[in-house]
Order: sequence, then structure tokens, then C-alpha cells
Amino acid sequence: MFDTGVVSAAYLSAAVLFILSLGGLSNQESAKRAVWYGIAGMALAVLATLVGPGAANLPIVAGTFAVAAVIGWIVAMRVQMTEMPQLVAALHSFVGLAAVLIGFNAHFELETVNALDPAARDALTGFAGLLAHKTPVEINILKVEEFLGIFIGAVTFTGSIVAFGKLAGKLDGKAKKLPGGHVLNASALLATLVLLVMYVGNIGVEGRELTVLLAMSALALFIGFHLVMGIGGADMPVVVSMLNSYSGWAAAAIGFTLGNDLLIVTGALVGSSGAILSYIMCKAMNRSFVSVILGGFGGTTGPAAEIEGEQVAIDADGVASALNEADSIIIVPGYGMAVAQAQQTVSELTRKLRAAGKKVRFAIHPVAGRLPGHMNVLLAEARVPYDIVLEMDEINDDFPSTDVVIVIGSNDIVNPAAQDDPNSPIAGMPVLEVWKAKQVFVSKRGQGTGYSGIENPLFYKDNTRMFYGDAKVAVDSLLGKLA
Amino acid sequence: MKIGAPREVAQGEARVALTPDSALQLQKLGHICLVESGAGKVAGFDDDSYRAAGVTVVPTAAELWAGADVIVKVRPPEAEEAAQLKPGKTLISFFYPGQRSEELAAISATGANVIAMDMVPRISRAQKMDALSSMANIAGYRAVIEAGANFGRFFTGQVTAAGKVPPARVLVIGAGVAGLAAIGAATSLGAITLAFDVRPEVAEQIESMGAQFVYLDFSEEQQDGAATGGYAAPSSPEFREAQLKKFRELAPNVDIVISTALIPGRDAPVLWTKDMVEVMRPGSVIVDLAAERGGNCELTVADQKIVSPGGVTIIGYTDFPSRMAAQSSSLYASNIRHMLFDLTPGKDGVIVHNMEDDVIRGATIAFEGQVSFPPPPPKIKAIAAQKPKPKAEELTPEQKRAKDVAAFKAQTRSQVTNLIVAAVVLIAVGAVAPASFMAHFTVFVLACFIGFQVIWNVSHSLHTPLMAVTNAISGIVVVGAMLQVGSSSTIVLVLATISILIASINIVGGFLVTRRMLAMFQRS
Repeated sequence: MFDTGVVSAAYLSAAVLFILSLGGLSNQESAKRAVWYGIAGMALAVLATLVGPGAANLPIVAGTFAVAAVIGWIVAMRVQMTEMPQLVAALHSFVGLAAVLIGFNAHFELETVNALDPAARDALTGFAGLLAHKTPVEINILKVEEFLGIFIGAVTFTGSIVAFGKLAGKLDGKAKKLPGGHVLNASALLATLVLLVMYVGNIGVEGRELTVLLAMSALALFIGFHLVMGIGGADMPVVVSMLNSYSGWAAAAIGFTLGNDLLIVTGALVGSSGAILSYIMCKAMNRSFVSVILGGFGGTTGPAAEIEGEQVAIDADGVASALNEADSIIIVPGYGMAVAQAQQTVSELTRKLRAAGKKVRFAIHPVAGRLPGHMNVLLAEARVPYDIVLEMDEINDDFPSTDVVIVIGSNDIVNPAAQDDPNSPIAGMPVLEVWKAKQVFVSKRGQGTGYSGIENPLFYKDNTRMFYGDAKVAVDSLLGKLA
Repeated sequence: MKIGAPREVAQGEARVALTPDSALQLQKLGHICLVESGAGKVAGFDDDSYRAAGVTVVPTAAELWAGADVIVKVRPPEAEEAAQLKPGKTLISFFYPGQRSEELAAISATGANVIAMDMVPRISRAQKMDALSSMANIAGYRAVIEAGANFGRFFTGQVTAAGKVPPARVLVIGAGVAGLAAIGAATSLGAITLAFDVRPEVAEQIESMGAQFVYLDFSEEQQDGAATGGYAAPSSPEFREAQLKKFRELAPNVDIVISTALIPGRDAPVLWTKDMVEVMRPGSVIVDLAAERGGNCELTVADQKIVSPGGVTIIGYTDFPSRMAAQSSSLYASNIRHMLFDLTPGKDGVIVHNMEDDVIRGATIAFEGQVSFPPPPPKIKAIAAQKPKPKAEELTPEQKRAKDVAAFKAQTRSQVTNLIVAAVVLIAVGAVAPASFMAHFTVFVLACFIGFQVIWNVSHSLHTPLMAVTNAISGIVVVGAMLQVGSSSTIVLVLATISILIASINIVGGFLVTRRMLAMFQRS
């Protein structure tokens, strides 16, 4: 058994490793090393806890961990890259649930400790011992922390489950709210505050603390569920990163409860990381975080501009001959490519075009897909070299000098109404200016609108041709026709 | 007025200045039309077709010159023709007064008015009578046809059962009307067409016709075609050198060269030298549309087709429009008709030679016994001056510094404000919270700070791996559960065990998935 000093040193090292791990993600090459820093940090933290003071029931811990490792391994190896968003959401719910359970445990321990006589308290070790030596003020702070930990954990838990359902297609992707809408959420939040005051101040809850906590948990579970239900599928990148942030804050709150600096540091890192990602996503959609969380698109000031003209369809032969003639091509993938699992076919197309000496690049909008960076991961999986995959700011100026743009399953992110029509619900959102290219082909399942449900004037432009059909089948049909 | 078209006397000239169609239009203006017998025969218009259009066919040239008030012709008049002019008569034809001052003096001495079709100013209103352009258009087209007739291969690339045929590569030098027409004809035949011009502003026109503009990287080349009425001006020796160097580079890889480079009032510049011809592949063809003025190619012989020792055919014909006499006659006749339309403002058959009119004044080279060439500059510029390139607002160093300082101050202000607010909040927390809490709180705030600093640097494409990693490390709550698993209470033990289970799934799953993702990123 090592003493507290050694364990603290190990925790410190683990925290440093976690920071290095996140910092290493600044580019693709160092990222491969970064993940090992993370793994090493985690291993160090777990080992130090196992051999440090307060550890007990080692067989149970080891057995549980072994089972978990097998389950985690199976899940990670089985998951398709297109299912990544729902996997991440599902894993968030685990962290949330764990935080809730640990919070309750802290409550039980506190109760147990309080019931003991002073002499017995002094004899306690581990977490119980920590509790036993707290002053009344510290106990109150502890109660707040514990309360917050359970609350955030519970919101994360149900929120992540709903997000998982929506992303996996098990729930309807549309924004849905119970009658009362945000008033319900607000009242639940208010009720939670009241419960917090009652619990911490010990007002009229003597002997019924557990009931208070359970009531609060029920409210928190409801808030998480209702909040995410009210957010449409197109905003899921923001929701997922927001839940990521929450799971971090929950871990930090638990860290405060347990007086464990490693949990605090790690939770804060994860929490701020998720918060920044949410901010980046919102900025990419030109929307405030509040309006995303409140769900749906904000009210517009007038009717959206009418679109004139018609969508002109084209067959695979037409697209193939345009591609044969083009020198520079930009592919704009979207969620539709992920749905159709077309990334391998798109990669094959890219390979063929590049072999023919054409300049092929990918333009990725920050909110393309259902997860930040979703498209990059799919293209990487399909072995598209990452140095031809560019982000919006890098490539937007190049569209006027491009011969052919192929839009595969994206809609709102290439909608010119964002720039032209001040009454459009997405007005002001930065978009990929594909319509400035000489020719645009849009691969799309049918004539319907995108997730946001708004018309896209791009489809009616003179230089746009609609290439209807499932993205994978459509791109596949092109492969055989290329010279 | 009687308008008469004589038969062209120049050897090999097949065109005629009046067609049955244009005669019908002229009669509507109140004119009477005459034509010399046989004038349109080679161009495909026999005397009967003129008669059918109401034209009087006169048997000899002498009768026509005597009978007509306005004589319309294609080629400049021969001396004996000019001698038949009298005061009160008007001659409309090509004349090239710039190079033929003696003939000009002689013809003005007759007292007749002379309108030179080659002097029609290049302004929008006069485009309908711009005979140079209509002839150049035909010449450009015909040049490609002649090249094709002498080129032993396809223009278009084909893949046939008998093998693959590469497309022909055509270089067009000079993108005036003839050059653009040549580009259009060559690309529509399927050739890969390159085009060069000293005026960079025509790059867009070249590309619009489907050719590739041969870009010359030379800073001095910014000459503005608008200053010279849309024609090219002579270039500096340095520029010429750069140009020749570029052509030398292209020569081995082109099959057909069509050169149309002319500078008004000068000999044609030599742009395709002997050594370039030598490096061209045997069977290649050069069509020199500037042959009449010396030729753009060093080896060109005017009016002849020669074959160089290296097997390159060099065509120096000067009569491309005449080789398509039916087409060129009808276009030229219609240019003439438009000129007469402007000369007959009352549509009553009375010619009013209005010397105040920009177009008529510009084209008139002899008026009432006086030489009226060169004309004063037209009041309207031929084409809009090239727009000055939009320049990015260049800030002076002082302005730039002032702007930076202002931005820096604003940033400092907002940061200081935020820091003060944050400090006040922290102090407020510290005032009520015990020391043990503050220790953890310090750690928390610093960690948030590090998180913010680190995450901003994460590359956009790695956001999904970032989420997977942060998800995995948020499984650190397992440490909390492990600390509680030692509890004596059964319920705590059970809950803690469940927590360990799910948090560990999260850790293992999260890291493995991240590794899988990152392993896929590869450089091309």
C-alpha cells in the first residue's frame, strides 16, 4: 500500500497526461500519439487508486473491470463509422448514470457517518473517513456538490439516451415538445432549486433526505429527456457536444464531492472541451447557443423568398461526361452520404478521378453530418487522404474556379438563401458557395427538403442538375462510366 | 440614285459587292440597282437572278461606270477604273488609304467622293457595316478548313476498333475576329485549341470560345486594346522575346498553327520563325492569314502553299474570303447595304453625304475633290476602356498601426473587464467557502482554463476523435466509484460496482474507438 503522497503524484501525472492527450489532437499525426497519452493517464489513475489508501474489495473491482473491458471492446470493434454519433451519445449516458449513482452513494455514506458516535468516526478510513472529519460548513458545501453531481448526471443520462435514439433513428428526429414547452423545463428547474435549498438547509426534510434526492433526480431525468426531445435532428452536433460538456461537469461535481482533484481536473477539461465544441458548432450555424437549446429555428420576420424555376434532373451519363471533361472537382459530402454508407464508393470515385490527373478536393462544412467532424472521420475510414479534405474557410474562395461540384447528401450547408434571403430561417449562416462553380450536381434521394425543412434555391439554379437516387447507388453508377 | 456593281477585275477575285438580296433591300430605300453582266457568276449569282430581283443588267463595265451614281466594289479600284469617276459620283469599296497615298491623291483629283469600307470606325453603331470583321470571320473559318484539308489526320480524338487517335492541337495566334472564328471552328471540329494574344483582356473571349489562353508571364504586357480602337499595338523588343520563347516551347507540340497577328498600318510581325517550323512534326500545317502583309511566319510565301524541308505545309493564301465567295459576297453586300442605308436618311433614294456623321466621316477618304484622310478621331471611343483592377484598400503603415493599437486596446479593455468580474466572483466565493473547498476550487478553475487554451488548437477534422477521447477520459468517475466500493453498506457496494462497470465500458470503448478513428487518417 502506498501512502497519499504517492497517489497524489500519480494523479498529477495522470492529469498532465490527459492535458497532453487533448493538446495532441491539434494535428492528425500527433493525434495518434495523443490517444496513448490518454490511455496511459487512465491506467495510471486507476492503478494508483487500486493500490492507494481507501481501496478495498479488489476482487470485485478487478472482476467488474474485466467484464466491462470485454463489453467495451466488443462495442468499439463492432460499431460502424457511420454509427459513431449514436455510440458517442450512448457512452455519454453511461458517464451520466455513473455520476448519479456515485452521488447517491455519497449521500448514503454521509447518512451512515452522521449516525455514528464521535469515537467511531475517528476510526473511519477512506471516503467515510474523509466525510467524518468535515466541519458543518464543509458538510453543507458537500451537499450542494453532491446535489449538483446527481442533477447534472441525471440530465446527461436521459438527454444522451434521447440523443442516441434520435441519431440511431429509433426516435423521430423532429423537434417534439410536451404541451407547455419550455415552461415545463423552467418549472422543473425551479422546483429543483427549491429542493436544493430544502436539502442543504435541512428545512422540513428531517429524515426524508433520500426522498428529496429521488424527487430531484426524477425532475432532472425529465429535464434531460424533454430538453433533447425538443431539439431537431439537424442540431444534433451541438447537442452531442453539449452532452459531452455536461458529462465533464458531472465528473467535476463528483470530484468536489469526493475531494478528488483528479476528477475535478479531468471533469473540467472535458467540460470546457464540450463547451468550446458547442460554441464552434453554433457559430458555424450562425445561431446562438440558447436558440439551439431552446430548440427549433427562431421566428422569421417575413415570408421566405419565393423560388422560381424548376429542378432539372440529369442521369449518370451526363454527370460522368461532365466529370470526364472537368479539371477541378470539389465534392461536398453531407449526412446523406453517411446514411447511404456511400463513403467507400465516393472514395473510389475520388481515386479514379485523381488517377485521371484531375484535381479533386472535399469541402467540409463545420456542421455537416450529425457530429462535429463526422464527415472527416467517414472519409478517413474510406481512405480518402486527409490533405485533400478541406474545411469551409479554406476552400470557399475556390468555388468560382472549379469546374464541377458534386453535392452528396447535403442540403442546408449549401443553401444560397442563407446569403441572399434575409427572411430565410438560416439567413446569415455561413454556407459553402457551391453555386459559384461552373456546374453543380446534387445527389439526393428525392425532391424533399432537408432536416431544417426549408427550400433550397440551389436546386433551381441554371448551373445545377439534380442527380436523384440513393447516394451509394448513384455514385456507383458513375464509376463504370468514367473514362 | 443608281447604284451599280461592276465585275471585279482583280485576278482570282470571286466576290461581288451587290447580291440579288441586297438589291431588293436597296430598292426599298428608293434606289435603282445596276450590275455588270457576269459580275456575280463566280459567286453563284447569275444575271437572271439579278433580273428577277429587279436589277438592270448592263453589258459592259464602261456603261456601268458611266450610268451609276454610286459604284460599289470589293477590291480597291484599278487606275483605269478610277479614271472613269467624275464629280458627283461616289465610290464605295475597300481602299487601304494608309498604304496607298498616291492612289488616294489620284482618285480625289477626279472630284468623286470615296468611302473606304476598311475605314469604318469600330463603334457599336457601325458594326453592321464593319466589312473587315465579316471578312475576317470568314478568313478565320476558312483557315481552319484549309488547314484541315492539308492535315492528314483527324481534328478530334477518337478511340476506334483500329486504335486510338489523339486529338489535333491547334494554336491560334492573335485573337481578333479572325482568330476567334478560327478558335470556334477548330474547337467545334474537336481539336484541342490554344490561343495567344498580346492583349490580356481578350483571355476571357478566348476561353469563352472553348480555347485555352496561352498566358505569358510578362509584367509589361498590360497594354490596353481600348486605346488603339481594339487593335493590337506594336510591342517592346523584350516582350517580343518573351513571346517567341513561349512559341518555341509550344512548337513541337502543336499540329496546326493559324496566325492572324496584324498591327494596323504596319507589316505583319514575324512570330513563327524558321527554327520553330523546323521543330514541328512532319505533316503539321501553318496557315498564315497575315501573308498579304509579309506573313507572321518567316517562311510564308504570299498566295502560295509551300512545304518546308521538314514536311510542314505553310499556306500563305491571301484570298480566303474569295474562296468562299457566296458567303463573303452576301455578307459584304449586306455591309454595303447598311452603309447606303446610313447614306439615305430619307429613304427616298437621295444620297446625303453627311460629313458630320462620325461613321460616314470616318469612312470617307475623298470628298468633293479633297483628300479627307485621315479622319479626326471619333467622338465615341471604340470600346470601353479596361476597368482599372479593383485594388484592395492599402492601409498606410501609420493607419495600420493605429488600427492595431485600437484593436489591441479594445481587446485589453474587454479582457480586463472579464478578469475583474471573475476576480470579484472568486473573492465572493472565497469569502464564504472554507479553505478546503478553495483548494479544490483553485484546481477546478485552473483546469477549466487549461481546457479552454488546449481545445482551441484542436484541428476541425479531429473534432469527432476529440469527443471520443474526452468521452473516454470522462470515465475517470470510475475512480470515485472505486473509492466508495470499500463501504460497509451493501447498497453503496452494489451501486458502486454498477458505476465501475459502466464507467469502465465507457473508458475501454471510448479509447478503442478513438484509436480506430485516428488510425484511418492518412496522408495522400
